Amino acid sequence: MTDPTGYRRPDPATQPPYDVPAYGSTHHRHPKQALVRVPHTLTEVSGPRFSPAWYAPHADLSTLNGKAALGERIIVAGRVLDEDGRPVRGAMVEVWQANAAGRYHHPGDQHDAPLDPNFLGRGRVFTDEEGSYRFTTIRPGAYPWRNHPNAWRPVHIHFSLFGAGFAQRLITQMYFPGDPLLAYDPIFNGIADAAARERLIARFDLDITEPEWALGYRFDIVLRGREATPFENDGAH
Amino acid sequence: MTAATASQTAGPYWHLIDFPEWADLLRADGPNAGVAGGERIVLTGRVTDGQGAPVADAMVEIWQADPEGRYDGAFHGFGRCGTDADGMFRFVTLKPGPVPGRGNQTQAPHVVLSIFARGLLKPLVTRLYFEGEALNETDPVLQAVTPARRATLIARPTGAPGEWRLDIRLQGEGETVFLDI
Repeated sequence: MTDPTGYRRPDPATQPPYDVPAYGSTHHRHPKQALVRVPHTLTEVSGPRFSPAWYAPHADLSTLNGKAALGERIIVAGRVLDEDGRPVRGAMVEVWQANAAGRYHHPGDQHDAPLDPNFLGRGRVFTDEEGSYRFTTIRPGAYPWRNHPNAWRPVHIHFSLFGAGFAQRLITQMYFPGDPLLAYDPIFNGIADAAARERLIARFDLDITEPEWALGYRFDIVLRGREATPFENDGAH
Repeated sequence: MTAATASQTAGPYWHLIDFPEWADLLRADGPNAGVAGGERIVLTGRVTDGQGAPVADAMVEIWQADPEGRYDGAFHGFGRCGTDADGMFRFVTLKPGPVPGRGNQTQAPHVVLSIFARGLLKPLVTRLYFEGEALNETDPVLQAVTPARRATLIARPTGAPGEWRLDIRLQGEGETVFLDI
């Protein structure tokens, strides 16, 4: 049997480490032993396929039972590509976030900010043939956390993505341009490479913006690409 | 070439995308309804941190082959389970078969486990193997692990029918072997 083509290994500076001293929750949760590197097999290069028939899409977070959530309505759209710029088709994208006041619809969130009965803050969309996705939501609020004195999370939306291979699995956060809290956030700044951090910040996009309706933000996401194969290098015409 | 997007923590509120029924891969109204054959098993375990405290807010995901060792068959080998107040997870699934490895190798039956949580800026990935499998002796991943730590990857029967347990220790004594995939 031919060996499967694995996924490329990331430049360590472009991904956060497990141990980030400024982020307190990592202290007792990061492994102290070195990870064991495994070559990719069918286990890593295959991955679950999510059918919208079983995993119903939910692309409008801005209303619940026909009632509008409070806050600034926004549209978030972008493409999911691999490192070679190829669209990742049919990828399941899950999102979750705080409401406009900076509170999650979650029993663990006791921040003294109002809950919005018309906002749950979770959604699920699938990429199309171009790797594009799109959803409508409410711009989330910043909120305090107890990591350090006067700590506030920058405004963000959580993203969960499944590519074709389990090794492409990604959970990340989308941030908003110009947020002054980014400079103080140990989660965002846990990534050493400035360009890699910058790519987590969505861009305002007038083409996504809908007149008289909602501002648009573009957030493109890149999943790991395949290692070069002899087949792909054999490009002589 | 643009490098892959950086990972960020799932945080403490990931339960907004928790659908507890996903932990039962054999649920009657799920993607495996109508998939016949195979041995029903339960996979359970406790996730603890470097102080031995339960990790009560973790998201555990599994990915596995079907009973014939295939990833491209009808069986949907994915599950997600949140840990409870005691750090416990529990999946209901089918026992996977041996999977082809690289070259002429054969991988022992295994289930991939990924742990996402507050305090993890990227997932911790490990594998669950089954005690007593003859193929464990030649499995390439198990063989790449020092013998003293190998047991952290091998689930044992609990005594309940079809139930296997593997505890996950994120840090410290008995630390689980995590994989760089």
